[in-house]
Amino acid sequence: MPGLEDLYREIVLDHYRSPRNRGELPVPPSHRAEGFNPLCGDEIVVYVQVDGDTITDVKIGGQGCSISQSSASMMSAAIKGKTIQEARALTRAFKSMMSIHETALEGDDAEMAAANLAVKLGDLEALRGVARVPVRIKCATLSWNTLAQGLDEAEAEA
Amino acid sequence: MTLDVSAIKKDFPLLERDFNGKPLVYLDSAATSQKPRAVIDAMSDYYENYNANTHRGVFGIAEQATNAMEGAREKVRSFINAPSINEIIFTRNATESINLVAHSWGRANLRAGDVVVLTELEHHSNIVPWQQIREERGIELRYIPVTDSGHLDLDDLAATVDGAKLVSISAMSNVLGTVTPVRHIADIAHAAGALVCVDACQFVPHLPCDVIALGADFVAFSAHKMCGPTGVGVLWGHEALLDAMPAFLGGGGMIRDVTLQGFKPAELPWKFEAGTPAIAEIIGLGAAVDYLSAIGMPAVRQHEVELAAYTLRTLKGRFGDGIKIYGPSEASERGAVFSFGFGDLHPHDISQVLDEHGVCVRAGHHCAKPLMRKLGIGATARASLYLYNDESDVDALADALAAAADFFGL
Repeated sequence: MPGLEDLYREIVLDHYRSPRNRGELPVPPSHRAEGFNPLCGDEIVVYVQVDGDTITDVKIGGQGCSISQSSASMMSAAIKGKTIQEARALTRAFKSMMSIHETALEGDDAEMAAANLAVKLGDLEALRGVARVPVRIKCATLSWNTLAQGLDEAEAEA
Repeated sequence: MTLDVSAIKKDFPLLERDFNGKPLVYLDSAATSQKPRAVIDAMSDYYENYNANTHRGVFGIAEQATNAMEGAREKVRSFINAPSINEIIFTRNATESINLVAHSWGRANLRAGDVVVLTELEHHSNIVPWQQIREERGIELRYIPVTDSGHLDLDDLAATVDGAKLVSISAMSNVLGTVTPVRHIADIAHAAGALVCVDACQFVPHLPCDVIALGADFVAFSAHKMCGPTGVGVLWGHEALLDAMPAFLGGGGMIRDVTLQGFKPAELPWKFEAGTPAIAEIIGLGAAVDYLSAIGMPAVRQHEVELAAYTLRTLKGRFGDGIKIYGPSEASERGAVFSFGFGDLHPHDISQVLDEHGVCVRAGHHCAKPLMRKLGIGATARASLYLYNDESDVDALADALAAAADFFGL
């Protein structure tokens, strides 16, 4: 089944079976954001602890399909220790991989495209296959959109 | 099997197509049913040969269109054993039908503190409109609970219904398949002075329906779940009730007269049909009624009871505790709608693998989040069967589930 192997790479299944950074953080001082995929029952809770400009801790809660959970797990590992700016760049690059462009121009914008390509996605590359199964893209991006809410809150307070 | 399903499958163009070299195993009829050639042709026939607006023209094809549409109305009346065609209102779908009751009957009859009784297994279409009325008017909503076995808990029914103005319940759960005891509940509701509204969306396509025998005051259902097209649904109600209700949507077609000062609503059924109707769709619904009537609803029901029994046997037999099937374990107490959990696989992932095998099931909360919460789950996979499914479809489902177990190393 080439289709399925493409979607469910080993790394994806690994993160699903052993999700990283599961748990909660005390709120405050950390920020808590919730996301739902109303079509299907995926739920994500993202806790971010921000000190100055840096994401010092991340925890993930909630339940959902292998794509949403593994994406959340990989995301948590990728952003821990990064700055908010770097996390946002990672979000854009990830969404770009999912064929999502935040603005209509981004798709054509050579500079933005180059910036997205420059970001190292690491393990997240394993989710590349999701772009070919459009109905699952929302699963993959749920945690990233939820993270963005949490970061917005953190920045608003700073 | 009661029905000759291989012959029936040939009536449905989509089921004759090849997807990736094999026919589709379509197990999502609870979401929408496939359409027989006769329904598709009836709609094309209208558009190709006598397309005109109804009730508004004197020329030949306008008359023909009007007759076809009103003819469909009579077919629906007969199909559900309603006393009068004045009681058959065409809406967009069951959701709109229930909204019509909530906003037209509801606004005229419900005050702050009045009680409307629902159940925990309702579809959002039979919960949200009442919540909207609650926001607006301060009515009280009570819910008949559902048991672990998927039945309604009727222990406190009399108390729950005491003082209620309306009881609104599903005749068959789109999640659990439970066929609810509508008549029994209706008798108790009526004794308490309450009216009864029935969400028959899953019921009318799968069981013989007699609205009077059901004990209902309002019945809502959609064409697209009963081999008809999307875009049209039905509200049936007692003529006296509908007569007393204020008009719902305002516009052309539902008036007798309009002056600058005001309007007089039309008589039934057109009082509740504003604007140009979904004419082709209504004609399509008539053709769907013809199709189902020719097969006979008792035979459809019998077929599904047999198929439900086979499904329960097969899935339990092959997977034992590896599969959790929600709803009644007795085939005769349910429709052939099966929500299930499979190991610790998320429904999304289950349906992804099944899709690879050409098996179509649904994943999610099925527009019944309160029920999901009561069951303690976020989502289920759901396989739902209809008259064009047979044992080979159930076997294909089981095989695909086994493949999923294999792939995810269950």
